Amino acid sequence: MSTESSTEIVVERAASVPLAPEEAFVLFTERMTEWWPKEHSIGSSPFAQIVVEPHAGGRWFERGEDGNECQWGRVGRWEPPGELVLLWQIGANWAFDPDLETEVEISFTPSATGGTRIELRHRHLERYGDQADAMRGAFDSPEGWTATLTRFVDHAS
Amino acid sequence: MLDALGDARRRSILERLLEGPLAVGVLAQQLPISRPAVSQHLRVLKEAELVIEAVAGTRHLYRINPRGFEAVRGYFDRFWTTALDNFAALAVVEAATDNGPDGESGAEREERRDEH
Repeated sequence: MSTESSTEIVVERAASVPLAPEEAFVLFTERMTEWWPKEHSIGSSPFAQIVVEPHAGGRWFERGEDGNECQWGRVGRWEPPGELVLLWQIGANWAFDPDLETEVEISFTPSATGGTRIELRHRHLERYGDQADAMRGAFDSPEGWTATLTRFVDHAS
Repeated sequence: MLDALGDARRRSILERLLEGPLAVGVLAQQLPISRPAVSQHLRVLKEAELVIEAVAGTRHLYRINPRGFEAVRGYFDRFWTTALDNFAALAVVEAATDNGPDGESGAEREERRDEH
């Protein structure tokens, strides 16, 4: 459990929803297409569908309106209704990178009122450090990527 | 131009530093990179604010700079806030359509009802 090093970088968010954990888990996974922010797509066209294959090791990908599939990562843990781990493998250049593995850990806990508390931890973001050249600014804006490369080239020369 | 070999070497240096602070000499021993080259790569990484140099006596230790990762952290923080807000809003709609007047159908998995 405690594999955290002092340099692990994590983002944590939480939400409460008026659904039982079983329903919340289904909504989160089977119907990701309906809640995923529309602009967060890495395909050649807007996404028509987001698929989380319902088992450990399953693929996590978007299918574009043009029919092309674009892999995002894999299912690390599939334990409905309580636990889900998605491995987010999108690099700082917004392409699938099989060598990059960041972990999105999601827990669904029943609340006293019959709803569910969802806690999400996106772990090991420090692994983006492996992409030092691409990283700076890549996350700031859609244009950041080009600016970053330029700056890096300046540094490196 | 970007030097691909240089990139790979910088990656390997960062990977070592993710495990803890190290001196230039130790990095040079652990990696197939000469000491002057390690210094050069560390200089690049330092300028990119991804590593920090600390001086302890005569030793110069290098470590990962967590602040260099603020952009990544900020991005995912904003992203997951938006995503979970969307998710919670959808869940509220779903709960309202699912449960009807008695609000007790939580145990039964509801197939989607798109219309009413």
